[in-house]
Amino acid sequence: MSDQTRIRNFSIIAHIDHGKSTLADRLLERTGAVSPREMRDQVLDTMDLERERGITIKAQTVRIGYHAGDGDDYVLNLIDTPGHVDFSYEVSRSLAACEGALLLADAAQGVQAQTVANAYLAIEAGLEVIPALNKIDLAAADPERVTTELVNILGGSPDAVLHLSAKTGAGVDRLLETIIARIPPPSGDAEAPLRALVFDSYFDAYRGVVCYLRVVDGSLGVGDAIRFMATGETHDASEIGYLTPKAVPVGRVGPGEVVYLITGVKEIDRIKVGDTVTSARAAAVVPLPGYTEPKPMVFSGIFPTDGDDYPKLREALEKLRLNDASLSWEPETSRALGFGFRVGFLGLLHMEIVRERLEREYDLDLVATAPSVAYSVRLPPGEEQVIKSPQDLPEEHRGVSEPFVRAMILTPTEYVGPIMELATGRRAVVGGMNYLSPERVELDFEIPLSEIVFDFFDLLKSKTKGYATLDYEPLDYRQADLVKVDILLNGQAVDAFSAIVHRDHAEEYGKRMTTRLRSLIPRQLFDVPIQAAIGGRVISRETVKARRKDVTAKCYGGDITRKKKLLQKQKEGKKRMKMVGSVEVPQEAFVAALRVDDDL
Amino acid sequence: MTPEDADRHFGVVGVYVHIPFCARICPYCDFAVVAGKDHLAPRYIEALVAEIGGGESRRGIGAVYVGGGTPSHVEPRLLGLTLEAVERRHGIASGAEVSVEANPEDFTKDLARGLVALGFTRVSFGAQSFDPVVLGYLGRRHTPEDITRSVETARTAGFGSVSVDLIYGSPVEDPASWEDTLARAVDLGTDHVSCYALTVEQGTPLGRSVASGEAAPDPDIQADRHELAGMRLSAAGLGRYEVSNWATGGHECRYNHIVWAQGEYLGYGASAHGHLDGVRYRNLRRLDAYIAAVERGVRPLAGEELLRGWDAEIDRLFVGLRRVVGVAEGPGTAALMETEEGQLLEHAGVVSRRGDRLVIDRPLLTDMVQRAVLGLPEPWAQAAAANNVSVDA
Repeated sequence: MSDQTRIRNFSIIAHIDHGKSTLADRLLERTGAVSPREMRDQVLDTMDLERERGITIKAQTVRIGYHAGDGDDYVLNLIDTPGHVDFSYEVSRSLAACEGALLLADAAQGVQAQTVANAYLAIEAGLEVIPALNKIDLAAADPERVTTELVNILGGSPDAVLHLSAKTGAGVDRLLETIIARIPPPSGDAEAPLRALVFDSYFDAYRGVVCYLRVVDGSLGVGDAIRFMATGETHDASEIGYLTPKAVPVGRVGPGEVVYLITGVKEIDRIKVGDTVTSARAAAVVPLPGYTEPKPMVFSGIFPTDGDDYPKLREALEKLRLNDASLSWEPETSRALGFGFRVGFLGLLHMEIVRERLEREYDLDLVATAPSVAYSVRLPPGEEQVIKSPQDLPEEHRGVSEPFVRAMILTPTEYVGPIMELATGRRAVVGGMNYLSPERVELDFEIPLSEIVFDFFDLLKSKTKGYATLDYEPLDYRQADLVKVDILLNGQAVDAFSAIVHRDHAEEYGKRMTTRLRSLIPRQLFDVPIQAAIGGRVISRETVKARRKDVTAKCYGGDITRKKKLLQKQKEGKKRMKMVGSVEVPQEAFVAALRVDDDL
Repeated sequence: MTPEDADRHFGVVGVYVHIPFCARICPYCDFAVVAGKDHLAPRYIEALVAEIGGGESRRGIGAVYVGGGTPSHVEPRLLGLTLEAVERRHGIASGAEVSVEANPEDFTKDLARGLVALGFTRVSFGAQSFDPVVLGYLGRRHTPEDITRSVETARTAGFGSVSVDLIYGSPVEDPASWEDTLARAVDLGTDHVSCYALTVEQGTPLGRSVASGEAAPDPDIQADRHELAGMRLSAAGLGRYEVSNWATGGHECRYNHIVWAQGEYLGYGASAHGHLDGVRYRNLRRLDAYIAAVERGVRPLAGEELLRGWDAEIDRLFVGLRRVVGVAEGPGTAALMETEEGQLLEHAGVVSRRGDRLVIDRPLLTDMVQRAVLGLPEPWAQAAAANNVSVDA
């Protein structure tokens, strides 16, 4: 067991691309945890998608030995955090396992909304926050301005802000010493009953569920009978160990330590992130605080293009859930799209990642419907019903409530006007403005989640040349005058196109959908009327004119084989179409119809 | 032509000879053609003669088609050597149709007489348009007057059948231009007119200019033009017998009818295609590769498609449905009309059953039908019978 006073547990909070993974790599290299030969850039980001997008989806954790300037040997546990707002619950659990956090800001780009949100989480959790500027070697670096921003967010003195270049390694030594000096050591009670926080878990095909624990009180040894306090499950600790980053089994650990634990459990949803592990024999009475069930915020219908792939889709979802307990779904049947699933996601990025993984890793051709949120509908007898799909909205009801979020946008001041315009057009209630520096401002809104789930982020980026960043957190449910707009193709309502929108926006929405669909739906044998309607009332109409010419001009002896191949290829292209009644609709139409484009 | 007459071409053997040489290459053309390589013509013809001499020994050819390229661009003497080789190897039946393609710009009296003397009975001119603006857009050097003169020259020289090719629907054409082109083609009294919608092919200069944002043909306008052609030509006594072809009685192109009736034809020359013994084959496309293969004594084959059983039935529909007479009902048509797609096409008036035949009534949607035909699964009972599997009642 390590001496608590020689342990430092910390996280790095940073925006995408601000250099968190590079800095982590540098720490591993500097402390000899990974030999230069093993060093490949960004050791800790392992998933392909993470590498491609430059973000961390699943937290990785590593134990580093460090011989400090005071002559003592220390154990540094770097507890990595997911880099996105969708995973803020996971971030909060990771932070709960630490005594300190390094707040890393890009010296050129400045602090971003998500970083601020996570910094507030860290402060609320009572962590010692060390501010640092990264990429100090860049020509575009503006340390003075970004230092002001950091001080305005965190308080403290500008002198306390470290200067780093994760790329070159400059400042890393000072950083290590600062971590030792400023982050307090853990102060658990070694004699108390075991309490350890599950701050992450993943599924390993050979070992089953591996969970990451931070021991708070007591000790944990191999073979101990343990109990998960929230789920009530009891198991034996069959293996515990350090991650260096290689797994190194150990016999027993005490307060302040960070370890992996294997129990033989195979189903990831039996182990909950945020749960408290205690001893089955001498159990703690009070669990560690902060456990909640992850709650899906955004829902989308996911359907296989080829109906025969339905079982394959179910299997793929089940496999994904092995590593992502926050993923949830229920079967959904669409007249237009057949059998599929209504899948709940933590947020927009989560949704995109899951969809991409399903298509890429499981080789599925999918149609995904436009994302929606969960509405609460008051029914005539007075009971409340939660609906996750627009098509479930009953005709008769006494009002609909929708989820609101508190949104925070950080932006250069010059874009405040366009952002205000965008936000108020989306029914946002503007809260406050907080200047981080003369050039940068924090805007706070309360806004319906439904208004940001689709294209808000893209619009925000395009209106601010990519400079503004957005973070949000759930707030409450509020009643609004919401109506269901149906889209009819050839006179037949297509359930997958239905949407719940505010009455004041319904007409504009209907017009945009019909116009967009007219350009997305290819011409076919018949005229295809496209209508938007509320109830029985048509609010907008367009027509895809029938195709008049679809013929090869010349076909003589020379062309027959080639022409067959060409038409065969076109025919395969048509498989990317979904037959909706007698109308061929391209898969992309189900989402693209709503997507922002240059013309809007 | 009755459906029976059309289908009878199944039993006639044709020959196609490809002459790739041209004075210039037109911007829309994606055939196997070369310009500025006229010096290779004698060597190419030598290779052609060798290929014909060593080919299959089908006898009694009912139709020969010498196409290109611009066959009239090479010396008639060389074309003569080619026809002689076909005659020696296969024998050309008496009364056979022997077609040659020609350009109006250099179709002289001497050339016309020479071709007739060699045995050509039919000439097809790449007229394209009577509008100088359209001709310019298409990169053609001849004038409308050249067309008129060439047709008269062909008649005087003794060609029994004269055809003009027209291209409609280019972005520079207006309705009056096409109306005028049709009127002047009709006035010429040709026996046969082919009207082709301008098609933008990838890899051609036209394809590149359209890709870079230049105006592209509008399919709706092309549909209008095709309809106008149908009205004007039929009023003048030319009946449509295929998507793009019109003729007066008895002047339908026999060689093409062989192709559409799934008959056999031998293809000679670079890029030439043939259909023999249930195999569609094609020759090497590049002129130098073709010559080199033949000179080495190797068959200049580039690829083949085997048509057996159900594939042959699909192929029969694929080629036959382009004709106005359509195809005789068979397992393929039955399978098509059992599909939802087939029924939708019938419902929309694209195909109909007439007597014991399936015909396309909206020729401009032929490819829609073809795509439906290509994916047709073989009926289970038929597949079972072919595999000698017993089928229980």
